[in-house]
Amino acid sequence: MATTTTRDAFSAADEPHHLGEHYLNCSHGIGSWIFTLDHKRIGVMYLVSVFASFFLGGIFALILRLELFFPEQWFLSERDYNHMFTLHGAVMTFLFIIPSIPAAMGNFILPIMLGQKDVAFPRMNLASYYLWVFGAVFFLVALLTSGLDTGWTFYTPYSSTTSESSVIAATMGAFILGFSSIFTGLNFIVTINTMRPPGMTWFKMPLFLWSLYATSIIQVLATPVLGITLLLLIAERTLGIGIFDPENGGDPVLFQHFFWFYSHPAVYIMILPAMGIISEIMSVFSRKPIFGYRFIAYSSIAIALLSFLVWGHHMFVSGQSAMSAVIFSGLTFSVSIPSAIKVFNWLATMYKGNISLNTPMCYALSFLFLFAIGGLTGLFLGALAVDVHLHDTYFIVAHFHYVMMGGTLIAFVGGLHYWWPKMFGVMYNETYARLCCLLVFIGFNLTFFPQFVMGLRGMPRRYARYVPEYEIFHQISTVGALILGFAMVGVVIVLIYSLFRGRKAPDNPWGAATLEWQCTSPPPHHNFEQVPHAGPPYDLKAFKYDSSIGGYVPDPKARRAGATDH
Amino acid sequence: MLNLVATQMMTLLAESGGSLFFPEANSTVAGTVDNLFDLIFWISAFFFVLIVAVMAWFVFKYHRRPGHTEQPSASHNNALEITWSIVPGLILLVIFWQGFTGYMNIRQAPDDAYEIQVLGETWNWSFTYPNGHIDNNLHIPVDRPVRLVMQSKDVIHSMFIPAFRTKMDVVPGRYTEMWFQAQRPTGEGIDLTGHQPHDLFCAEYCGDGHSTMNKKVYVHPPGEFEAWLVDAGNLLEKYPPAEAGEKLFASRGCKQCHAVVEADLGRTMNGPPLLSGGLAQPRGGFGTAQQVSSGRGAAPETITIDENYIRESIRAPNAKVRVGFKAVMPVFGSERLSDEEITAIIAYIKSLK
Repeated sequence: MATTTTRDAFSAADEPHHLGEHYLNCSHGIGSWIFTLDHKRIGVMYLVSVFASFFLGGIFALILRLELFFPEQWFLSERDYNHMFTLHGAVMTFLFIIPSIPAAMGNFILPIMLGQKDVAFPRMNLASYYLWVFGAVFFLVALLTSGLDTGWTFYTPYSSTTSESSVIAATMGAFILGFSSIFTGLNFIVTINTMRPPGMTWFKMPLFLWSLYATSIIQVLATPVLGITLLLLIAERTLGIGIFDPENGGDPVLFQHFFWFYSHPAVYIMILPAMGIISEIMSVFSRKPIFGYRFIAYSSIAIALLSFLVWGHHMFVSGQSAMSAVIFSGLTFSVSIPSAIKVFNWLATMYKGNISLNTPMCYALSFLFLFAIGGLTGLFLGALAVDVHLHDTYFIVAHFHYVMMGGTLIAFVGGLHYWWPKMFGVMYNETYARLCCLLVFIGFNLTFFPQFVMGLRGMPRRYARYVPEYEIFHQISTVGALILGFAMVGVVIVLIYSLFRGRKAPDNPWGAATLEWQCTSPPPHHNFEQVPHAGPPYDLKAFKYDSSIGGYVPDPKARRAGATDH
Repeated sequence: MLNLVATQMMTLLAESGGSLFFPEANSTVAGTVDNLFDLIFWISAFFFVLIVAVMAWFVFKYHRRPGHTEQPSASHNNALEITWSIVPGLILLVIFWQGFTGYMNIRQAPDDAYEIQVLGETWNWSFTYPNGHIDNNLHIPVDRPVRLVMQSKDVIHSMFIPAFRTKMDVVPGRYTEMWFQAQRPTGEGIDLTGHQPHDLFCAEYCGDGHSTMNKKVYVHPPGEFEAWLVDAGNLLEKYPPAEAGEKLFASRGCKQCHAVVEADLGRTMNGPPLLSGGLAQPRGGFGTAQQVSSGRGAAPETITIDENYIRESIRAPNAKVRVGFKAVMPVFGSERLSDEEITAIIAYIKSLK
């Protein structure tokens, strides 16, 4: 059985293509991009867009860090500072990190991993991109022209009363962006449910697909709540319906419940796909099947479901009852167990492996280090007595940057280096790419580790000015942020340079067993001539290195033996 | 460079009297919080070192090199996986339980606590003592439980006193409360110069002046608190008007937004400065002519800053707002500032050059 399975899987790649024709050069002109229904081109457009957003948000972050170099005013007034941190948080959250992995990497990889030509609803996919663009433009124009200073959280009654800026336009932008996210999630759920290739049962799906599936569930179930909340906020501002504003008999804490009911699951929209990428990289670069496949798959789903039950831990000092604080604290600890399982499984995957330290693996190891810190510092915040002291301080800021940036961004960049040869058909310079990875790692820790200490010492977040005792921590952090900024620019330069001067990539440079490596690099317009038969996703023994092409090819001996670890 | 950083760190620690991680601790619950923090810290440190050490060891032992290939090993092991799900689970139970019991201590005030009313508003704190005295720094007696009953006049604020390890949001439309019991005085003397007070921060973002909405906490030694309260409550009788006005100006939060010393003129503040000398335009001192607007869109008019304008600006701040400033000043009705107190403040503003 295994024999036929594997042979079928390769037959698609053996079909002759029109020589050198692929999705990037099969049609030309701007119209062929902006009206494209090809998931790969949409993925590339998303990739460019979210990276542009990331650099915009990064520039805002550097401006903030520079201002914080001194305790007193340097070059930003308090109002400008507040405007700037709102821009940073809103752009990074809504425009970058939520769409980053699912919309950019997911769009490109998911259908190919399933051996399909496209997602289930290609038109809806394009619509989701344009909703993103429309929402982003709306959002940015509102933010940049009005001096919005509510923070990305839009807490009432500040957002519904005192702030003069155009809260309505900005929330409209976030509302539209939410639909983009729902469209993507719905598309992925249907695609994974209905379009798995022959041979790919649920438990033979690559773990990246499991994580995207879990993410999509959250996107479809949680995002509507954000939409409703934002509409209520608009109604509050324009009609004064009195649901959030105590002046009219409303309850401002209710807004926080609504907001975090979406925004806490959204944290897992950000981190779950990152975990999926790490599962792929860990296995492939250790040349071992992933350890405890089922535990990792189930833990993705467990995280997705539990994520809906823990929103109250954002509100331990909000005035909610002690009883609800205790319940939410208990539930919060339960969500840390599936994450711990994943970390241990990734480590066990490396055991007795043949570990290559290519750039994607460097990012994966960096992820393990940073995510461990991000996850473990969450324990302090889940423990009620300690959270009361740490809440709304820089400890929180450091914690979620370790998870969101040290976790999601690092995995995203690692995934980008992993799939780059497939996406663009070129290899980047390993030495420079690894050097950038190291610099990102150093800059990141220098930026955010001191923030744990100053938060513990009492430095509140969202402060434009601070008492001088925190100066040294802020200064180290600012220096780190500059290093981090330069390193990220370096990452992009190395990748873009490879587009022009990079060595041509083989079809399967890393020796992975998932289907996307069995079409050419870059893939042809329709990915596969016919839907291939999928073998076990982590049967890495079926491939051996061929130095003449610098990549991996199916190993006939392994195929004959049909040996797998499953 | 590293040396400099290290030296600065050491100086900082020596001065602040805390450990590397914590600021000074001065409340009955602080010990519990710090101990639980330490417990979680060592558990986390153990797991972090374990994860990184195993990772580094595997990379070292199994890295790709000529002659090395992967070795077969089990791709799953239920016993192992259940172990590393359940063991962390049990540890988490312990952490949860300790956090829970500690939290109940932080939240439940003893019945005999001394009560102080707190009002948060953009961007000032007012503490009202049982004798009616209002101050914008917090003064408390040592070794006695103190309960703060807090409300907000506008948006959400949050009362945060790092040395006490406690924090609570201050929400409009409802009362929230917090309590603490300080264990050591911060110094001696009712003139406060002998004190090294604790920081008090607003921890919930509340707009332009959020980061300057910080005050001080004075813990008085036994007997001194009562004396301070009597003294602070009788400003008008004990001091000449301008001097009483100066104290009121500081204790009621006016200083938060209005510059009264040359040094503050360079800062961006939310209200106009009140100095009269030098360039008239950016200043708002007594007797100067200034442009004001009576609402959005209304044409600016020029008025002279006199006793009645100052009084009106306190009682109904948004009636005539100085051009170039937002209408953000809170209203001070007669329950918060009496007519006599306004007279004293006017005397103080007149004395500014």
